[in-house]
Amino acid sequence: MFGERAAELVRGLHRAADGHLPAFNEDGIRQVLEEMKALYEQNQSDVNEAKSGRSDLIRTIKFRHCSLLRNRRCVVAYLYDRLLRIRALRWEYGSVLPNDLRFHMSAEETEWFNQYKKSLATYMRSLGGEEGLDLTQDMKPPKSLYIEVRCLKDHGEFEIDDGTTILLKKNSQHFLPRWKCEQLIRQGVLEHVLS
Amino acid sequence: MSEAYFPVGPGLGPEENFLSLEDILMSQEKLPGRVEAALPRLAAVLGKGAGAGQSDGIPEGAKVELPLWLAKGLYDNKRRILSVELPKIYKEGWRTVFSADANVVDLHKMGPYYYGFGSQLLNFDNPENPEIAQTILQTFIGRFRRIMDSSQNAYNEDTSALVARLDELERALFRAGQKGLNDFQCWEKGQASQITASSLVQNYRKRKFTDMDG
Repeated sequence: MFGERAAELVRGLHRAADGHLPAFNEDGIRQVLEEMKALYEQNQSDVNEAKSGRSDLIRTIKFRHCSLLRNRRCVVAYLYDRLLRIRALRWEYGSVLPNDLRFHMSAEETEWFNQYKKSLATYMRSLGGEEGLDLTQDMKPPKSLYIEVRCLKDHGEFEIDDGTTILLKKNSQHFLPRWKCEQLIRQGVLEHVLS
Repeated sequence: MSEAYFPVGPGLGPEENFLSLEDILMSQEKLPGRVEAALPRLAAVLGKGAGAGQSDGIPEGAKVELPLWLAKGLYDNKRRILSVELPKIYKEGWRTVFSADANVVDLHKMGPYYYGFGSQLLNFDNPENPEIAQTILQTFIGRFRRIMDSSQNAYNEDTSALVARLDELERALFRAGQKGLNDFQCWEKGQASQITASSLVQNYRKRKFTDMDG
């Protein structure tokens, strides 16, 4: 039956729950495109035959055409859903992705991510007067300017606005400005401690 | 759960959403049918090797099991290429079971997309369509209360027993209920303003630990 590999492509992505981005299934895509090419060529030759008398081939041509449309749908939906996941990464993780995730993206997807980052940055700069507005900050309503954080792993030195540097060593606790820490908390380096 | 990921959801009623992964998987489910006019050169595709009738084609009258997407593509009102039959669970016999007590049925086993697939069946003009539509609707109404109750009351427990017999639509509803419950509990505990690491990071760290152990 045609369209089996295309369905597998979709199934594999659907199984990755919670918006997690699995590795790009280059092989899967290639196999689906090969099947599409074969279907297309078979249809081309059958169309010629149908034109010169064999009208019963029209049903076969329709069958293959349905399969072509199905394969196309699966590939487009696969690529689109991955873009939705990659877009979510910018909001959830930040503009610099860890290496593991970067290896999961195809070259085109990386390019898309870079363009998306740029569009978002341009848009954010255009808001709120001269300084712009960082929409990726304060995703939860802030209760205070300064927050208590605990370090989950060694992260080295960290400079805050008044010039002092803090050493972020595993298990050390600090009282820091919220806007400086938000990124690091989202990335799992710091932990927001509630009093 | 990732809060910035918004996948394309399944379509409503007889319409599918082109980009929805759920709808694609749902339309992969099979449907019994009958070939009304011979399909040359396609015997190998449906696993019907050389037999009586046209060489390497599918003969007229052959019984086939086709995925929904193909059945929809080949079907027309005049049934020139294909006629379709209802799968067992949408037929009279099973419809009576559903109307007796919808809660006991294992909808996950009966094809995990009972509602979605059933709605798609309405695309083929079958004289039983009004009854099928009624049954699907009544089944949902009958089961909904229990799903809503259990999703709103199962906090921090293993819910696998509760969702085992639900179809995919019902599971999505259950998950939505659970999310609401968890968000509310989080707010009640005063954790709503706590900045958290993104779920992707948490999963990544968990996986790293299992790599180190194994």
